Amino acid sequence: MSTNNYFSGLFGGIKSLTTGLGVTIKEFFTPKITEQYPENRKELKMFDRFRGRLVMPHNDQNEHKCIGCGLCQMACPNGSITVTSETYEAEDGKKKKRLAKYEYDLGCCMFCELCVTACPSKAIEFSTEFENAVFDRSKLVIQLNRPGSKVAEKKPVAKPATAAPTASATNNNPKTPAAV
Amino acid sequence: MFDFTTVTQWIDNLLTSAMPTWAATLIECVLVALAVITLYAVFAIILIYMERKICAFFQCRLGPMRVGKWGSIQVVSDVLKMLTKEIIDMKNVDRLLHKMAPFLVIVASMLTFSCLPWNKGAGIIDFNVGIFFFLAAGSLGVVGILLAGWSSNNKYALIGAMRSGAQIISYEVSIGLTMLTMIILTGTMSFSEICQQQADYGWNIFRGHIPAVMAFIVYLIAGNAECNRGPFDMPEAESELTAGYHVEYSGMHFGFYYLAEYLNLFICAGMASTIFLGGWAPLHIYGLEAFNNIMDYIPGVVWMVGKTFFVVFLLMWIRWTFPRLRIDQLLSLEWKYLMPISLVILVMMALCVSLGLTL
Amino acid sequence: MTLDNIKTLEPAKLRTEMESLKKAGFDYLVNLVGMDWGEEGGLGVVYELENTETHATTWLKTSTADRENPMLPTVSDIWQIANIYEREVFDFYGIKFVDHPDMRRIFLREDWVGYPMRKDDKPEEQNPLNMTNEPLADTTTQYILNPDGTISTKQNTIFTEDEYVVNIGPQHPSTHGVLHFRVSLDGEIIKKIDPVLGYIHRGVEKLNESYTYPQTLALTDRLDYLGAMQSRHALCMCIEKAMGIEVSERVQVVRTILDELQRIDSHILFFSCLCQDMGATTAFLYGFRDREKILDIFEETCGGRLIINYNTIGGLMADIHPNFQKRVKEFIPYMRKNIKEYHAIFTGNVIFQNRSKGVGILSKEQCISLGCTGGTGRASGWANDVRKNHPYAAYDKVEFNQVLRTEGDSFARYMIRLDEILESLNIIEQLIDNIPEGNYKEKTKPIIKVPEGTYYQAVEASRGEFGVFLESHGDKSPYRLHYRSTGLPLVAAMDTACKGFKIADLVTIGGTLDYVVPDVDR
Repeated sequence: MSTNNYFSGLFGGIKSLTTGLGVTIKEFFTPKITEQYPENRKELKMFDRFRGRLVMPHNDQNEHKCIGCGLCQMACPNGSITVTSETYEAEDGKKKKRLAKYEYDLGCCMFCELCVTACPSKAIEFSTEFENAVFDRSKLVIQLNRPGSKVAEKKPVAKPATAAPTASATNNNPKTPAAV
Repeated sequence: MFDFTTVTQWIDNLLTSAMPTWAATLIECVLVALAVITLYAVFAIILIYMERKICAFFQCRLGPMRVGKWGSIQVVSDVLKMLTKEIIDMKNVDRLLHKMAPFLVIVASMLTFSCLPWNKGAGIIDFNVGIFFFLAAGSLGVVGILLAGWSSNNKYALIGAMRSGAQIISYEVSIGLTMLTMIILTGTMSFSEICQQQADYGWNIFRGHIPAVMAFIVYLIAGNAECNRGPFDMPEAESELTAGYHVEYSGMHFGFYYLAEYLNLFICAGMASTIFLGGWAPLHIYGLEAFNNIMDYIPGVVWMVGKTFFVVFLLMWIRWTFPRLRIDQLLSLEWKYLMPISLVILVMMALCVSLGLTL
Repeated sequence: MTLDNIKTLEPAKLRTEMESLKKAGFDYLVNLVGMDWGEEGGLGVVYELENTETHATTWLKTSTADRENPMLPTVSDIWQIANIYEREVFDFYGIKFVDHPDMRRIFLREDWVGYPMRKDDKPEEQNPLNMTNEPLADTTTQYILNPDGTISTKQNTIFTEDEYVVNIGPQHPSTHGVLHFRVSLDGEIIKKIDPVLGYIHRGVEKLNESYTYPQTLALTDRLDYLGAMQSRHALCMCIEKAMGIEVSERVQVVRTILDELQRIDSHILFFSCLCQDMGATTAFLYGFRDREKILDIFEETCGGRLIINYNTIGGLMADIHPNFQKRVKEFIPYMRKNIKEYHAIFTGNVIFQNRSKGVGILSKEQCISLGCTGGTGRASGWANDVRKNHPYAAYDKVEFNQVLRTEGDSFARYMIRLDEILESLNIIEQLIDNIPEGNYKEKTKPIIKVPEGTYYQAVEASRGEFGVFLESHGDKSPYRLHYRSTGLPLVAAMDTACKGFKIADLVTIGGTLDYVVPDVDR
């Protein structure tokens, strides 16, 4: 009995080992799956829902849609967004608020997309850009609104908080990459 | 078949005609030593590159691709990196033993490396009990490993060294027995004569047929274990002991272990091809004269290196397929399976030889 | 599930009540949650017990008004897992459990000042950044109740002077993260394991108390990163039920499919890492090759690979991607084919079989007492699948088997997971062509406030029962949000499972128990 066990164990073992060897030698000749990054940078396209970093799309008149309400800042769990707004006097003499500086700290961001969901005017979104590495931590703090940009003119609608993405003339342009 | 002794004789004559014998011998020794060290380094680089590529291919990867075409000079740059790295002096280690251990390992490895017969007349160490010398020199390596584990003052290193000691000493039994089997077949312990016989009468693995094939397999398993390579890499099992006995070594001291591991693989494969696969002897098929003549044109060193790399590939294939054994499985594999089997092979071979059943 | 009737117990009567409940069949301690109900409510503990035969659950709570020196009776001798849960409560709330054999901190440093989860504690002020190494004591304190009602202390020894203690971790390849085991060895044989936790403790539960509800969602993905989908699903479901939001059929089905994909993902990674731990590096990469396909599906629909971030209160972040169904349908046969390859290269291998069969056996009773849910429990014959016992989402509409084994060894745990991949593929196959139409997200108010009450929701995460315990006081942040960790009981089981086995088996057992460290530490 135990001799039987000895030999069946031995031959069973050898058989299992050769099965394994068979699998590996088959894989030896199959096409390889390595992605040659960065050689394939040109062909490499991320899925469009991929959350690489936060951007603020500007149209070709250098206009964005941010109204500086700060809801994104409040939604952010990590405090990675700082919205600075300023008051100015509009043409009709009323005091109005507008965006001065939109700072985004990529280093703090955890890509939860709460800011994008919170935004009433759909001014920010995540881009698929993923090469975010920099040499200095301070370079991770990015200003999203381009210098000299202004908020896109909307047809006079009510309060900003309810300003759904009503199609305005300037909004129909395809999205342009954001300033970095 | 080209005989390399003509070259060595020519150099010898040239030197003795120009200077006294002792000086000529000295220069020859230095030349041989340089040749061994160069070969050692070159083969190490080739083997590491080969391992990385083959392992990658088994794993559906491409392996190193960046440095040089197909990553071909990756290993060279790795060696350069290793050479420039700092050798860190550890507190609380046994200084002398800690420094000595890597050298013991590399010396043992080089001594066994010198035993390989590269071509007809191109064996460096070759005398009538060559196999004894090979086994003795090979055993020296385990001393280095034990010293490394002991002197490092590290629990992981100590466990690794103890495992390694148990493993290497056990598997030497099988290696010795399988070699003994082939000595029965050939009737000599000198590497040059073993190869010469195989060139004259055919490879041992064919001559000794069933027992020789079995001995070959047992030798490969035991030899793999001797080199501490997967699936027998318990002494350095990275998922258990991080790096085992060489966990406290850095820079080129670690590099010595690394080199020795790869060269031991080569030596193990080289010895397998010497004893079983004919060494530098070309492949001859009885009755096909034309084919045999063509085979004779291929130089012996090509045969030797080619066969060795074939065996190296087999060992790599095994390494990259199997999971690691546990220490008790490892010992039971040796003492319950390999050793009895090699004893049976020994008896079978003795019977075959005495009854004239060899081919 | 809304918990309206949590039974309040006097501390003095707790043990008799608990013992009688255990006798009545409530043999599984699901949760032991520390609570701080402020000045009037005092410090307390909420217990959840489950009957493993009928799957009925019961909730109990107890509290003490003494904030200076709170003492409660231990239940660690009734349920083994209470040992580690009570240490957690001691660590965060400072409640001392009388007769608990090992009252040490578990997550925080041993020299930490204060009890950070108490509402009046100020951890930042009391604990400046500490630049010295953490002291690890070899002794521990036990509080003993004397017959005359006074409390005395006793020192228990963890490791004696002459034991050969090896530190496995916190930086070690086979602990799968920053986990630290102090292992006492006799040659190669393991005598005792003392897990040292908290190296990546981020205080998620504490953070949650200052976050709004949508913000708390972002942290669930970061607990068990291989059960991200399911953890978030549990939290979303808990909040939705608390607020009375009904999500559409479509959301239910999509959530189910994604949960199962996540489970496959986790089990493939389990296979890979086990191979890697046991030295079969090649099989490791085969697993990763296949996992990549799932991650691509996730990335296309959800935008993330590991931190998936897809479920949200009231539904999903976005509707499924148009390619989703096609990709999943391609994946099912692909995976079925490759499972065969896994079996050929690794399962059948004689070395692996010898290393895993009979190694690290946990009996069914031990599993229940230790709360080892998921594949680990099912490998010991404990039918603990939350999907079967307390169905949620679309699990009551699909047919699947609860894979069970009885051996309880490492090989059984391994096989359970590979078989569960096939079961998950079956579930997905049943649902993928039948995703009903409907809203992908219900409308919610901009500011989410959960009505006052206590709520609990459990899901079957990749490695066991993941539970969300939520106590709301009607604010926009939770008053207390506790996660039942799937990994903590598994780590607690290491000592039981490894004792008497070799150091190489620790790697096998740890690999097959399949814990994920961020989930253990939270």
